[in-house]
Amino acid sequence: METKLRSRAIFILIVIVVCILGIIGFPRNIQELKNNVHNRIHLGLDLKGGTNLILQVQVEDAVNITAGETLDRIKDELKAKTLPYADIQLDDDKTHNPPIHRILIKGIPQDRGTDLQTLVSNGFPDWDLVRVPGDESARYLVLKVSSAANIRNQALMQAMETIRRRVDALGVTEPTIAEYGEGDFELVVQLPSVDDPSRVKDIMQSTALLELKLVTDGPYTSREAALSQHGGILPPDTQLIPGTENGSEVWYVLNRIAAVTGRDLTGADPSHDESGRPDVNFTLNREGAERFGRVTGANIGKQLAIVLDNRVFTAPVIHGQITDRGQISGGNFTSQSANDLALVLRSGALPATIHYLSEETVGPSLGADSIRHGVVASIVGLLAVMGFMLVYYRGAGINANVALILNLLILVAALAYFDAVLTLPGIAGVILTVGMGVDSNVLIFERIREELRLGKTVGAAIQAGFEQAFRTIIDTHVTTVVSAAILFAFGTGPIKGFAVTLTIGLIANLFTSVFVSRFIFDYVLTRREKGMELSI
Amino acid sequence: MEFFHEPKIDWMGIKWYFISLSLLLALTGIVSMAIHHGLIYGIDFRGGTMVNVKFAQNPNIDAIRSRLDSTGLRNATIQPYGPVSDHALIIGLDLQTTSSANALDAGKQAVVSSLADLFGRGPEGKADFNNASPQTLSEHLMADDPLVVGVKGLDTATRTYRDLADVIVAFRNAPPRSGLLANFDDLRSVPGVTPAVISALAKDFYLSSYAVTNTKIVGPKVGSDLRRQALYVTLAGLGAMLIYIWFRFELIYGVAAVVATFHDVIITLGFFSLLNKEITLTVIAALLTLVGYSMNDTIVVFDRIRENVHANKREDFAKLVDRSINQTLSRTILTSGLTFLAVLSLFLFGGEVIHGFAFALVVGVIIGTYSSIFIASPIVVYFYQRSARSGVTAKVKVA
Repeated sequence: METKLRSRAIFILIVIVVCILGIIGFPRNIQELKNNVHNRIHLGLDLKGGTNLILQVQVEDAVNITAGETLDRIKDELKAKTLPYADIQLDDDKTHNPPIHRILIKGIPQDRGTDLQTLVSNGFPDWDLVRVPGDESARYLVLKVSSAANIRNQALMQAMETIRRRVDALGVTEPTIAEYGEGDFELVVQLPSVDDPSRVKDIMQSTALLELKLVTDGPYTSREAALSQHGGILPPDTQLIPGTENGSEVWYVLNRIAAVTGRDLTGADPSHDESGRPDVNFTLNREGAERFGRVTGANIGKQLAIVLDNRVFTAPVIHGQITDRGQISGGNFTSQSANDLALVLRSGALPATIHYLSEETVGPSLGADSIRHGVVASIVGLLAVMGFMLVYYRGAGINANVALILNLLILVAALAYFDAVLTLPGIAGVILTVGMGVDSNVLIFERIREELRLGKTVGAAIQAGFEQAFRTIIDTHVTTVVSAAILFAFGTGPIKGFAVTLTIGLIANLFTSVFVSRFIFDYVLTRREKGMELSI
Repeated sequence: MEFFHEPKIDWMGIKWYFISLSLLLALTGIVSMAIHHGLIYGIDFRGGTMVNVKFAQNPNIDAIRSRLDSTGLRNATIQPYGPVSDHALIIGLDLQTTSSANALDAGKQAVVSSLADLFGRGPEGKADFNNASPQTLSEHLMADDPLVVGVKGLDTATRTYRDLADVIVAFRNAPPRSGLLANFDDLRSVPGVTPAVISALAKDFYLSSYAVTNTKIVGPKVGSDLRRQALYVTLAGLGAMLIYIWFRFELIYGVAAVVATFHDVIITLGFFSLLNKEITLTVIAALLTLVGYSMNDTIVVFDRIRENVHANKREDFAKLVDRSINQTLSRTILTSGLTFLAVLSLFLFGGEVIHGFAFALVVGVIIGTYSSIFIASPIVVYFYQRSARSGVTAKVKVA
């Protein structure tokens, strides 16, 4: 008995030490102690203040881009293989959700059907060629469902990466960027201590699609003016892109093919031009530099449009050959906007636009308020419960209170070890743990009292009390932990925090109420003189 | 000390009084939900914009309302928030006024700029100290370097000013200021703040008479997703309990426990409807906790019934259930009493943010305890008395 008791005491002691170390670490002075606790207990946004954003990545954009590129490519291939057709166009089936992406090719000669099939199976593995009901000469090129799903997932991952790079570059401390919801391509972005999210939001949202394209002609004051200049139809391989000049909308006719795009960038930095106005310098990779050199060398004196997110930012004249370095200047750059543009260019383009679905900002004073309220409520609740246990159970009440305090200690240490986040509902979970945690002790104590009334000896009553109550305790804990687990699976930030503290608290409670309480009883039993009553 | 010494209450004999009370409460709740107020969904579910603002003086609600009206935010709701001494308001906008597809925060921006128009924007080029985060403060302090630690290297300077900003913000947020500093000189009592720091702050910042403490914008998709999820999660919770109790006891025990718990949820929701309290995300969390708690309470009674059935197979089942309830009564009352104490302290001291959550639990703990005795147990008794007439004896799996 004595040695068993000793090993149990040592085990409990080890648990206590491990828990305390988990919370405070090895501090050398008070300041370090404060810092350690601060670093180990992670507070949720609702307690430390900050911004929580939920956004949806419009992944269909990325699929549309792929379909558009495929359309251009198959046109070229058909031309190269001298395969005649009457018409070719995108023809998505939007009755499905998500839409099925299709390219409709009309007017294929009867005897060339197999050639088209070979072309598709060799060059377009992501696409299926199917017949069009009611039109023998037409075919659908359908993007495979698995390929489309792939593109969507990649777009989501890439958007996540890009957003992470941008948020990091802004110097936000400890941001969280994670998938959210159930397959709707949503992300949750948490930005601690960001109290005005508008700038971060703009930067995150900027598509930052940079293209440098040769200007064919323009600018025109309107779209119609540009078209009428060309007799209503644009020349092949050109496009109309809007821009702003002296505050009014103008239109440029540009080469469809870009000389370089954002993908060719190796760097972008804010800088100043000779007269001290802010601008952005960029550098190109080798391939990009070669292409850029060729295009600029052959087109000296012409205009080169800098197109950002499908708007002409500026269209400077090419004064000489440019290879691996260039500037984006002019516009209405401030040093902040030049800074932001360089940042988004460096972090790469977003593969798809994003929409914000919800936004919450908790100011630091509200968070501090919540912490204060939570702490006061916890202490009052704890004292009330402990006071009652002492009055009602006397000696055994001390036992229960020791178990309760150890329960809370393990709970806080587990939060630190698991890097769990403490939220305001999480603090509520702590308080609930106090209330529901003593339930186990109440169950056991009441049972011991019953057994004593049946005339059992103190030792036998304790033995029976713990054994009989244990089964009930398991059942009650499982139900509560199951509901907490469901909450965890469903919940967002604060609610998750509640589920986590409640679950950890109740599991720790199994240990403290059954193991630790039993140890204290057994210890008291060995010290007790024969015939002395149990204080319960 | 002992509240109940071997009670011998004939619970099954008096059950109808309490079942009637339950029916009355549940019906009142359902009627209230159906025709009176309905359930008021919080912004999490309804979607819309919510801006919490704290003022230095008691704010003039009419002035704010007419300002918002003139900017086109006609359906704004303006309500006091928390204790009167907080001078806090909550400004709510519904989904239509809130946002368009491309600017979710249009409504919020309009509210914020209306407030700035009314209560002053402060001098050009200065930032608002009372709405500044520690990060903003430390950036400004870094740039000004009033403690002249820049010479000690970037790391030291960053750490110094970050810590200083944390202390200053903590001071600003502590009562009685609670987020609103009235005078920069008040900072003199903060350790580490020198006159140079104060003048550096006064150079870059002004002190507004209000602070936006919390903003929340929920778009239509998030709101409807959450409504659906909240329903699923509550049903999933009940379903999981049913299966567990079925596995541990018998199907009828599971059904009885689920009916009792469902009864608790309906009555608690009824109270929310009657008292015009909002159903927020945290209230749903509280309801699910209540599901767990009520099950917990029911299981303690069921466990004892199971034990007694084993020990004495011939006893009349209703008598046996009475005896089981009486044996566990002391524990039932103690535990709910203690849990009630804990959630009551949360309700009284937990602050406004957690108010609905605590309210749901305060109501739920009482109803949950009561339903184990008067709803769950009678259902099991009724089932076995009916089966007994057709020749089946009460049986419970050996656990």
